[in-house]
Amino acid sequence: MEYLRAFTVGGALCVLAQILIDKTRMSPGRILVIYVVAGVALGAVGLYGPLVEFAGGGATVPLTGFGWLISEGVRKAVDAEGAVGILKGGVSAAAGGITAALFFGAVASLVFRSKPKR
Amino acid sequence: MNTDNKTYKKYAAGRAKKSPILKNCASAFASGGAICAAGHGLRRLFIYAGLSDDNAGMLTSSALILIAVLLTGFGVFDTVAKHTGAGTLVPITGFANAVASSAIDSRTEGLVPGIGAKIFTVAGPVLVWGISAGAVWGIVYFLVGAVFMKGGT
Repeated sequence: MEYLRAFTVGGALCVLAQILIDKTRMSPGRILVIYVVAGVALGAVGLYGPLVEFAGGGATVPLTGFGWLISEGVRKAVDAEGAVGILKGGVSAAAGGITAALFFGAVASLVFRSKPKR
Repeated sequence: MNTDNKTYKKYAAGRAKKSPILKNCASAFASGGAICAAGHGLRRLFIYAGLSDDNAGMLTSSALILIAVLLTGFGVFDTVAKHTGAGTLVPITGFANAVASSAIDSRTEGLVPGIGAKIFTVAGPVLVWGISAGAVWGIVYFLVGAVFMKGGT
């Protein structure tokens, strides 16, 4: 049942982006930026947390979940340390994902050859 | 043929290949849902292995990123993404693919101006605006907290 919830919510977030792409011809990069900022905003107003409770991976795996992680990190850091948390919380919470993406991406660029686009 | 801009636009829009939006949405739903469910399973697995919630989430993202980077390197990701559209874009896999493919494609331009700079083609905007939105939220949250504390005591 929980996997069905993850599937449905995650799939729905993807459909929303697909509609945006098909209807507005927005670039994928722009969609990703909108999703991450939306995740921060929804996390900030307290709407995304319950969605994570409900859907698990369905809410954390999409890029909105990355934004939510940033907003949660900021909130916890401000709670713990006050104003300095504004500068520390977001990136600290997202550190693992950022490092994984950049490190794996950099290594991959040294290992793999660029494929001709078809 | 004598056509002004408006009629041409209308003509071009009519002739443009209609993107089969329903089919696109169905495959985005199926593939995106499957990736999220798989991520959910991975997270469960990491928690079962004794990791904290935070670390399990972090490792789940990292694992999905690693898989997406490898598939990008082998040239499989683009082939799949042609059919899945937003289904592979919206999950963290899309972010990983964007990072890896821009790095791989710019390797010939060198380590610094090539890989080092171009790796941020998509990651840069996402990080800049995501982190900045987080900082704005932090300022608001801090100020609201400060006002509330003053009023409360």
